[in-house]
Amino acid sequence: MSNGQSERREMTGAEMVVQALKDNGVKHVFGYPGGAVLPIYDEIFQQDEVEHILVRHEQGAGHAAEGYARSTGRAGVMLVTSGPGATNAVTPLQDALMDSIPLVCLTGQVPTSLIGSDAFQECDTVGITRPCTKHNWLVKDVNELAATIHEAFHVATTGRPGPVVVDIPKDVQFAKGFYVPPQIAPRTSYQPKVQGDLEKVKAAVELMASAKKPIIYSGGGVINSGPEASHLLRELVDLTGFPITSTLMGLGAYPASGKNWLGMLGMHGTYEANMAMHDCDVMVCIGARFDDRITGRLNAFAPNSKKIHIDIDPSSINKNVHTDVPIIGDVGRVLEDLVRLWRASAKADKKALYPWWEQIAKWRARDSLAYKMNNDVIMPQYAIQRLYALTKDMDTYITTEVGQHQMWAAQHYHFDKPNRWMTSGGLGTMGYGLPAALGVQIAHPNALVVDIAGDASVQMTMQEMSAAVQYDAPIKIFILNNQYMGMVRQWQQLLHGNRLSHSYTEAMPDFVKLAEAYGGHGIRCEKPDELDDAIKEMISVRKPVLFDCRVATLANCFPMIPSGKAHNEMLLPDEATDEAVANAIDAKGRELV
Amino acid sequence: MAQHLQPTGSAYFIAKETEKPETHTLSVLVDNEPGVLARVIGLFSGRGYNIESLTVSETEHEKHLSRITIVTRGTPHVMEQIKNQLERIVPVHRVVDLSVRSHELGQERPLERELALVKVAGTGEARVEALRLADAFRASVIDANTEHFIFEITGKGSKLDQFIAIMKPLGLVEICRTGVAAMNRGPQGM
Repeated sequence: MSNGQSERREMTGAEMVVQALKDNGVKHVFGYPGGAVLPIYDEIFQQDEVEHILVRHEQGAGHAAEGYARSTGRAGVMLVTSGPGATNAVTPLQDALMDSIPLVCLTGQVPTSLIGSDAFQECDTVGITRPCTKHNWLVKDVNELAATIHEAFHVATTGRPGPVVVDIPKDVQFAKGFYVPPQIAPRTSYQPKVQGDLEKVKAAVELMASAKKPIIYSGGGVINSGPEASHLLRELVDLTGFPITSTLMGLGAYPASGKNWLGMLGMHGTYEANMAMHDCDVMVCIGARFDDRITGRLNAFAPNSKKIHIDIDPSSINKNVHTDVPIIGDVGRVLEDLVRLWRASAKADKKALYPWWEQIAKWRARDSLAYKMNNDVIMPQYAIQRLYALTKDMDTYITTEVGQHQMWAAQHYHFDKPNRWMTSGGLGTMGYGLPAALGVQIAHPNALVVDIAGDASVQMTMQEMSAAVQYDAPIKIFILNNQYMGMVRQWQQLLHGNRLSHSYTEAMPDFVKLAEAYGGHGIRCEKPDELDDAIKEMISVRKPVLFDCRVATLANCFPMIPSGKAHNEMLLPDEATDEAVANAIDAKGRELV
Repeated sequence: MAQHLQPTGSAYFIAKETEKPETHTLSVLVDNEPGVLARVIGLFSGRGYNIESLTVSETEHEKHLSRITIVTRGTPHVMEQIKNQLERIVPVHRVVDLSVRSHELGQERPLERELALVKVAGTGEARVEALRLADAFRASVIDANTEHFIFEITGKGSKLDQFIAIMKPLGLVEICRTGVAAMNRGPQGM
């Protein structure tokens, strides 16, 4: 019934919403119906181009759309009703804002005549979501609806990507007006700068060529920029011979199997990555934002380095750390220029970097991710290592929740491609991983999608198992079950005299029975020597799986930069005795956390 | 020793501020659409920036452009952040730090004017004195009866402060101030 080129056709607001989704290339919408969006749901019912995925809670819709977006590079779309539908969407909106995920959220609103009257299921959606979106709109005139939705997609997906909300009152959904197709006529006030300043790129090349102890520190911006940016990053590393580390959000942009890879940096990064950051003389930050989990103590952050910072968002430059050569632009475009100019002018004197690489090799030899293997109990690190070994050659996507398991996954699961790793980095949203896995699986129906989960996080959005069963999405929820909120406990041990206030879950559901209750498949594994077979079973089952992997209950996540310390003051696993852990953070620091 | 006394132990390291705060006047050109002022104000409160004065009105009706003038206080580093964060807001066209711009133009500071309405009630000597002082400040009487005056006064904020302070013992009843309007001297636009 549709064609994208429909010129100024008269239709209802609800029809426009569905038409606009089609015209913006949307194939899937994650949502939950309610009074204020019923006209849109009625239109969705009468077509089959746009498939609607019914979640069990609006937060799940948001994280599923985020997972969908992150794994495809396209915008994720969610549709929710007014009032509680909108307020439940706030967590994924903020999550997407902090991790720069393109997310278009359509919300129903009470009829325009009732706005402000405290009507049933009314809330000030644009007011509530203003600080947690890149931009938002309340559409009061049906004739502006189509253009507004097109603009919403444009804003969400261009520049630094982010979440947007379009709030649509119910009477606007019923009203008739004229539809306009998407046009490239962006508003004059919104013009993201994508091309970097060539003089600055030249200055960067010169600085890089003079470096004796360089390091590349890349982030999620490389992945957001698209596969070409990752390709160029690899080329740059090959050309320069520089070592490279990455933030949590940037994993996969440079392959973990690459020889210049130092592993992740930051609070739970590797010793070699953090020491190299601390001692470097030239730092090339590409699409990352000097987050507090990365820098450690700011006044001791890479103290003797000149810094080059490539970012599409001018407000990221000089926000936390002073930059010597700021380059504002899209990572892909800037890398294109950088690689070209490097080829043209700089000689790759890789020999000059030998002493630096020798030093790095010494740091590497500390083997900072080592842990004590146990033959009776599954070590959580071992579980991830086995999961990696058994899934790395498959078409695998990994999501996570938030906590110790997330850091172990980042340390021990290795990514060779971008868009394969979905995690909540900035906001740190427990409950992200399960619905995100659902979104990824919807986008990639034949792929293996694994949520590496913790027993506490996974219970926050567990109900989406029901959605996974409904849509035959065979997501694998690999729960590292230690019965604790492990990261909370680890911090209580570090900061609060080992008083484990409410970080132990005394009543844990039987995850196997729970999986079966949802119509999925449950697996429990308690012994290291049974782990491989259990993981193989998980992979082979064509159903959503809850995998209850019982791991050592008191394992902690190391290495670690104790909070407020510098990169060269890491706590390594072999040094992390109870006493060292207890004394890592002094009394004064405890007040500040 | 000094190293030891530094605050450590927080994931959120709180660096000692070494830069001195300065007062700056910003001009922000925005699309005049619903919620745009809330976006600007929300940014300031959400990120912990100060607002000392804020003035807004549509200045170009046919283009629906409004000009917001904000007087704010912060270190040069914070000022840079404020400007960058404001420019991120979708309906914001331009942000000019008038204070920085005036230095670039070799001027001390931008032109700043504010308008106040000042109501003073009284009789006898105080009333005469109020009128005499108003004349000295070039305030004009825009409403009066035998018991009160309403003065309109325009000028720099400091002049208004002074006038209001003088009126206090003479029967000051109420004050309304517009906030600062500002632009740079010379032929160039913002």
